[in-house]
Amino acid sequence: MRRFSWFNATSLTLGFAFLYFPMVILVIYSFNESKLVTVWAGFSTKWYGELLQNEAFLDAAWVTVRVAVMSSTIATLLGTMAAYTLVRAGRFPGRTLFSGMIYAPLVMPEVITGLSLLLLFIAIGLDRGVTTIVLAHTTFSMCYVSVVVSSRLMSFDRSLEEAALDLGCTPWDAFRSVTLPIIAPAVISGWLLAFTLSLDDLVIASFTSGPSSTTLPIKIFSAVRLGVSPEINALSTIMIGIVAVGVISASLISKRAAIQREREERQAAG
Amino acid sequence: MATPAKTPTVFAPWEDAAETPLIRFRNVTKRFGEFTAIDALDLDIYEKEFFALLGPSGCGKTTLMRMLAGFETPTEGEITLAGKNIVSVPPNKRPVNMMFQSYALFPHLSVWDNIAFGLRRSDMPKDEIGQRVEEMLRLTRLEKFARRKPHQISGGQRQRVALARSLAKAPKLLLLDEPLGALDKKLRHETQFELMDIQEKTGTTFVIVTHDQEEAMTVASRVAVMDHGKLMQVATPARIYENPANVYVADFIGEVNIIEGNATATGGECYDIAWAESQPVIHAQSSEPLAADARVSFAIRPEKINVTAEEPTDRPNKMRGRIHDIAYLGNISTYHVEVGGQIIKAQMTNSRRLARRSFTWEDEVWLSFTDTAGVVLTS
Ligand SMILES: Nc1ncnc2c1ncn2[C@@H]1O[C@H](COP(=O)(O)OP(=O)(O)OP(=O)(O)O)[C@@H](O)[C@H]1O
Ligand SMILES: [Mg+2]
Repeated sequence: MRRFSWFNATSLTLGFAFLYFPMVILVIYSFNESKLVTVWAGFSTKWYGELLQNEAFLDAAWVTVRVAVMSSTIATLLGTMAAYTLVRAGRFPGRTLFSGMIYAPLVMPEVITGLSLLLLFIAIGLDRGVTTIVLAHTTFSMCYVSVVVSSRLMSFDRSLEEAALDLGCTPWDAFRSVTLPIIAPAVISGWLLAFTLSLDDLVIASFTSGPSSTTLPIKIFSAVRLGVSPEINALSTIMIGIVAVGVISASLISKRAAIQREREERQAAG
Repeated sequence: MATPAKTPTVFAPWEDAAETPLIRFRNVTKRFGEFTAIDALDLDIYEKEFFALLGPSGCGKTTLMRMLAGFETPTEGEITLAGKNIVSVPPNKRPVNMMFQSYALFPHLSVWDNIAFGLRRSDMPKDEIGQRVEEMLRLTRLEKFARRKPHQISGGQRQRVALARSLAKAPKLLLLDEPLGALDKKLRHETQFELMDIQEKTGTTFVIVTHDQEEAMTVASRVAVMDHGKLMQVATPARIYENPANVYVADFIGEVNIIEGNATATGGECYDIAWAESQPVIHAQSSEPLAADARVSFAIRPEKINVTAEEPTDRPNKMRGRIHDIAYLGNISTYHVEVGGQIIKAQMTNSRRLARRSFTWEDEVWLSFTDTAGVVLTS
């Protein structure tokens, strides 16, 4: 292993400071006693308590969680199906086009996705509310799920499914009892990814939400425009916590599955 | 080579015109894009056969099996199983089980559940499933590993799980793609006899791919030698060895000397083969008539050639040469003898102790063989 030089240490510290210093400040000030955000007046958790009294914030939180759970679940279903088709169905007319198009939302500017969805909802006369946010979030998080699941499917030994068919499974039974349990870690981490993406989306949600269905990021954003309050800091800290847990467990799940797979493959080869 | 204890009545349905084959390939071709993996192949396999496929890597053995199992559809031709065209029958509807070359064990299931997998999808009652799995575990000596996952057992054990899983449903036709490759010699022999035993008890038809010629010779009722998607010969092990149809088969199975020359008829089935200017002609027999002065290959197995120091008097074919090399293999020795600019291999059993053998490197010796010891091949 290379020696850990001062240069490495410095650049690592700088990089991480750049990334996380703002968040650390936010977390620290969320425990500030004072009403003035920038003046430290001692440690307190009172803003977290206040938060629990704030109906508007609680409503927004409830909407956000509902949207996140629903959209990530639908996105996982659709994304897994799309990934399976793209990896498994072999050649069919338009396959390349289809597989290119499914990844397009990854690079599409959110403003454009949001705007086009808004236009669609107006065109078909769908009232904006929780349903439209769920649909919108499903649309953009589905391709993330599909990326995660299809990379797992590509390294999946096809002959396992054939063995299942050979032993009397129908194609659906083979998928359910062999493919799905094996790709489950990828599906779960896809779900977590979709969940966190939905949780912190502002742009698309603000295009597609209605007056009765404000999500937390929208609420925070509009509250901040009237001035930063310690309550917002507390709320943001909680969100940072949830997102961090989601992302970390998603990566841990897929990493553990990868290690397990590697070990199995190594032992199978040896 | 060991020969199995066969039932007293000779089992040879392929010689009986009244028998209908269980599997019939009719003019089957399989192409992958431009590449032809199976080339206009005709093949009959009969019920209760133990049919071995031999051939070099990439010759299409697995592809042939996969078409039987239903994972590949022939590009042309038809495959019938018990008289029924099965080309469009999906794999889960075929009374066929396959043991995969890569084993394809389910990594998330224990050994026990892997073996029970197919039984659970049949209409077998639950307690019978348990009994059947236990029986399979005993047969493959995996009782101790029933609760382990596939990645927690050795390669040979995995192979046995794959075997047990494919045997469990007692299918009409069992396809084994190199089933014993990862086993050590002793276990391999035991499993071979176990397979033959199972076959005799259940009457299942086996199609087995193997790279091990001895295995094919031991277990098979008939052997098919394949090359580039074509069948080079389909016959009993003894016929394949003693009467190869062509140079390819002669060369592929066991060791052989191929001597090229021109044949002249000398009456009846006898021919003289002129092969080197300074050497006497080889007297050989061929049941197939040969054209005058035909270019032929004379194939003779090393163990059919005698090596002696004195000139033999009772053999129609004899030639003088010099020992180029001796490969000592314990029970036998292979002598590489230079005759007429060609190296000819001859094998003798070492009935005497090493120190008392009569010849060594650079010795002049006589090689001799009978006129029926070799076969004359035209292709
Ligand atoms: N799906 C496929 N697409 C293209 N070519 C294929 C495919 N499957 C097999 N082939 C080709 O067909 C030929 C026969 O393959 P097959 O797997 O039947 O060989 P094999 O006789 O079983 O060889 P081995 O002894 O190495 O297992 C090979 O040249 C292989 O590259
Ligand atoms: Mg193969």
